[in-house]
Amino acid sequence: MSALIENVTCKFCGCLCDDITVEVEGDRILKAKKACPNGRGMFLNYDPAFRKPLVDGQTVGWDEAVAATVDILNEADSPLIYGLSSTSTEAQRKAVELADRLGAIIDSTSSVCHFPTSLAVQTVGEATCTLGEVKDRADLLIFWGCNPLVSHIRHFSRYSANAKGLLTPNGRKDRTVVVVDVRPTQTAKAADHFLRIAPGTDYEVLTSLRALIQEKDIEDIEHGVGGIALEQLEELAHMMRNCRYGVTFFGMGLTMTPGHSYNVTELFTLGAELNRYNRFSVIPMRGHGNVAGADQVLTWLSGYPTAVSFARGYPQFGPGEFTTVDILSRGEADAALIVASDPIAHLPWPAAKNLEHIPTILMAPTANCSFKAAKVFLPTACYGIDAPGTSYRMDNVPLRLRAVFPNTRPTDEEIFSRIIKAVKQC
Amino acid sequence: MEDFFTLITGRTKGQAHGLHIGAGSPAHIEATSFIEICPEDMTRLGIKDGQIVRLRSDTGRVEAPARTGSLPTGLVFIPMGPTANALVGTDTLGTGMPLFKGQRVKLERI
Amino acid sequence: MLGITGGTVFDPINGIEGRPMDIWIKGGKIVPPQEIAPGEAQIIDASGLIVMPGGVDIHSHIAGAKANAGRKLCPEDSRRLLRPRAANSRSGSGYTVPSTHLTGYLYTEMGYTTVMEAASAPLTVRHTHEELEDIPIIDKGAFITMGNNHFIMKCIRNGEKEKVRDYVAWLLGAAKGFAIKIVNPGGVENWKYGKNVYNLDDEVIGFGVTPRQILTTLARISEELKLPHPPHIHGLRLGQPGSADITLETMKLMGGLEAHFCHIHFMSYSGKRGGFPRSAAVQVARTVNENPNISIDVGQIIFGPATTMTSDGPCQFSLSRRIGGKWMNDDLESESGGGLVPLVYKRNNPLHCTMWLTGLELFLLTDDPWRVFLTSDHPNAGPFCGYPGVIRLLMDRDFRAREFEKMPKKARKNSILHELDREYTLNEIAIITRAGPARRLGLKDKGHLGIGADADIAIYANQDDKEKMFARPRYVIKDGVEVARDGRIVSERPGRILYVAPSYDSKIEAHIRQHFREAYTVSFDNYPILADHLPLGEMISCE
Repeated sequence: MSALIENVTCKFCGCLCDDITVEVEGDRILKAKKACPNGRGMFLNYDPAFRKPLVDGQTVGWDEAVAATVDILNEADSPLIYGLSSTSTEAQRKAVELADRLGAIIDSTSSVCHFPTSLAVQTVGEATCTLGEVKDRADLLIFWGCNPLVSHIRHFSRYSANAKGLLTPNGRKDRTVVVVDVRPTQTAKAADHFLRIAPGTDYEVLTSLRALIQEKDIEDIEHGVGGIALEQLEELAHMMRNCRYGVTFFGMGLTMTPGHSYNVTELFTLGAELNRYNRFSVIPMRGHGNVAGADQVLTWLSGYPTAVSFARGYPQFGPGEFTTVDILSRGEADAALIVASDPIAHLPWPAAKNLEHIPTILMAPTANCSFKAAKVFLPTACYGIDAPGTSYRMDNVPLRLRAVFPNTRPTDEEIFSRIIKAVKQC
Repeated sequence: MEDFFTLITGRTKGQAHGLHIGAGSPAHIEATSFIEICPEDMTRLGIKDGQIVRLRSDTGRVEAPARTGSLPTGLVFIPMGPTANALVGTDTLGTGMPLFKGQRVKLERI
Repeated sequence: MLGITGGTVFDPINGIEGRPMDIWIKGGKIVPPQEIAPGEAQIIDASGLIVMPGGVDIHSHIAGAKANAGRKLCPEDSRRLLRPRAANSRSGSGYTVPSTHLTGYLYTEMGYTTVMEAASAPLTVRHTHEELEDIPIIDKGAFITMGNNHFIMKCIRNGEKEKVRDYVAWLLGAAKGFAIKIVNPGGVENWKYGKNVYNLDDEVIGFGVTPRQILTTLARISEELKLPHPPHIHGLRLGQPGSADITLETMKLMGGLEAHFCHIHFMSYSGKRGGFPRSAAVQVARTVNENPNISIDVGQIIFGPATTMTSDGPCQFSLSRRIGGKWMNDDLESESGGGLVPLVYKRNNPLHCTMWLTGLELFLLTDDPWRVFLTSDHPNAGPFCGYPGVIRLLMDRDFRAREFEKMPKKARKNSILHELDREYTLNEIAIITRAGPARRLGLKDKGHLGIGADADIAIYANQDDKEKMFARPRYVIKDGVEVARDGRIVSERPGRILYVAPSYDSKIEAHIRQHFREAYTVSFDNYPILADHLPLGEMISCE
């Protein structure tokens, strides 16, 4: 007998679509109506097979697994807590409480995603809006260094290019879509204008746009900038300055390329300046379902969005110092608690491999690449599927995720609470 | 130098699908273990589609099949994952962010 | 059980103005002495000490999207104040935008026990509540911004006032909010087109309604719903020289309906548009004095760093252009907006001094202490830990005069502060920092020490330097438990989240559902905060 559950929220990516109808039978999900292929993949492949923790590859009870975790953390002088982006804010809050108690370093996956964006916010601020404003008002959309048709598949239809809203009743026809990328991606092919930018020249192109928009005299620009012809740049500058409400979405094309946070700072400065002429916002394309939540939680509890060390007894902020790739590649962590993420799969190997040399605990609903480095595996509930929890969308709108199955596994929040009770306070 | 390229890593539908099947599963490994090169560079270097080639960086090296891709010359693309991460360096220039898009690599025929 | 014996008690709500009295506490409440078995109560000997109800802050930005944007924007602010973890308290950071736990500790250590988060858009109020849960000890509530709400404006345009009332009632319950907050009504919507509003009859783009209509509709609804706190109004032209005119017009517009005007010094200026502002405190205070339905909180400038944060998006954009530094803006679909600009108020800046002087003039010219409250619109005019300094200025005219002399001539010459020799008494301070705000918030168990009150108590050593006195209470009691001693936390406990949920005709839900389909990008069914999402929630009734 199958059952339908409505208004389910998919937490695969930062779109956090909350209109999914899930059909369940027994402990499997049969259908996820309205979900994109990524959401369907997440729901339909949900496998509750892992129910018991493992220590050194042996199945144990939860008490034993928690005790093993506590031992590792108590022994460590420099523990690292990493990940957090696919777990609930309730659990993230506990993770920070644990880090505070232990004097640990805590860093979310934004470290290798949108942390350069946070650095830009700290430098110049951010003029932004919620996704419904994009739907309602945006007549110019720029996708800079991101590929939503692959990574955020319902973005176009729910929020951006194709969405119909207050001032955009005709959806796509009421908008101009521009893509800036190093190669013709699927999103580029769906755009009205594609500007193919030479790799590593985003900063120069953004600065040139600022100058063009402010009608400054620019030397030596006749041949364009960053492989983009002057006419194309002038056309884009004109569109940006004369639209009703422009929005730039941006992604790893800015944060992961040379310049990192400087690229984003320049984009944000451009966005802010445009508000002198019309209205303009920027929105980072957050990758995971609750990495925005991790930023928020770490900020309200410590004052900083990530890269935080509690070793001194109070929160310290350290880009490049307390960020995970740096910590691991320099061998500065002597234990790691990986939460709802997969660093072995997604960090550069010289950093990731160090997880195999220190006692590592993996807290995640299912085994992933990092499982093989884990001395302790804690297969906790999957938020949004077998446990409710709160998540923040890419535009920082918080949503409460429903569970579609009864809870049969402890949640990250519960396990954190147990660990916190048992660890020594530093 | 003609054999040096800029490596871009990133998401693909296949890579995401592989993650859904299971990170580290054969589907995931297959979806993240190829190197996209543009047709002009493939011709210039005499590489056929599917041919195993080697990429080297200061960090490491990988061997994987080459595939034709829609790219400008001088760029290679590998989906994000363990293969790509064998090549990406760990110098984050104080930002925490490695050079996932922009790592210099050398292509070798084998 | 606890007894506080021999203290000099100030309990203005119960007419006690500095009388020696014992206070008895059981089960977190103040009880008659007969309920305490002899020898069973722990005793705090308060002889020679001043005993007051715990402080009540009626307007402060401590939690949610804006406050957290402030923290994220300003890592430099974190380094101004660092709090290491201790055996019974968490670590924290931040001076103008303290982290959540530190916010709870700093307020408690100052003797405050109830604080209202001044502005939350319902779309992101879940974030506010998560942060409020992480602010320990103090009781809290959140005001819900409605002055630029699309559903409300649509209904006003269509002449559907009944629908607005049911929607507001539903919204307060769905958001688990405490009061109606109105910020620059219509102006925040117009900012989404790059514009603002200036007069009460300016049109809101796309809706054809006016600020006048929004204000009068919501004021009437607040009364009909018998909300414990009247509409909390941040009006038009904040920070502009012409603000006093519109403030007076808006106060009179209330037509006898209860209304609270927040951080009023920011809107108490006369002068030419774009010119240097002059204090209009005399006129504003006179209007407050003549209209017993109006209350104000001052939003007093405190020199030093501040982080301005408000739903008033267009105002913040203008400010950012003047200051030239970091700026954050956020437009929220269908509901609201906002902006942040960090700055520093300087003693040698004539404009900042004019603002400082205007605030003090307002305190000294408003006759009824029950209708003027001490705030700094934290952290817009400065951090709340500056309140003790303001108290000293109000109580000590010689000190005030010395501070006045230090000000630049340009600020002094237009001020009448040196002519105002009123000194607030301890009893009046107790009113403007606790009894008055509690009563105005409709919190019957707060702000007083009568039988049945929540045992939220601050005990001070009487000192000549009132700033030192109020900065460091000897004891702070919350729900009958000692939480701070000598200005430091000794124990932590969760605080309540107070909210209202007035009844409404459920037929409205179909209309709201339809509105969600058209206007929002979240589902109607995922929007409300349910009671089991808010274990610390406590409903205050609307009767």
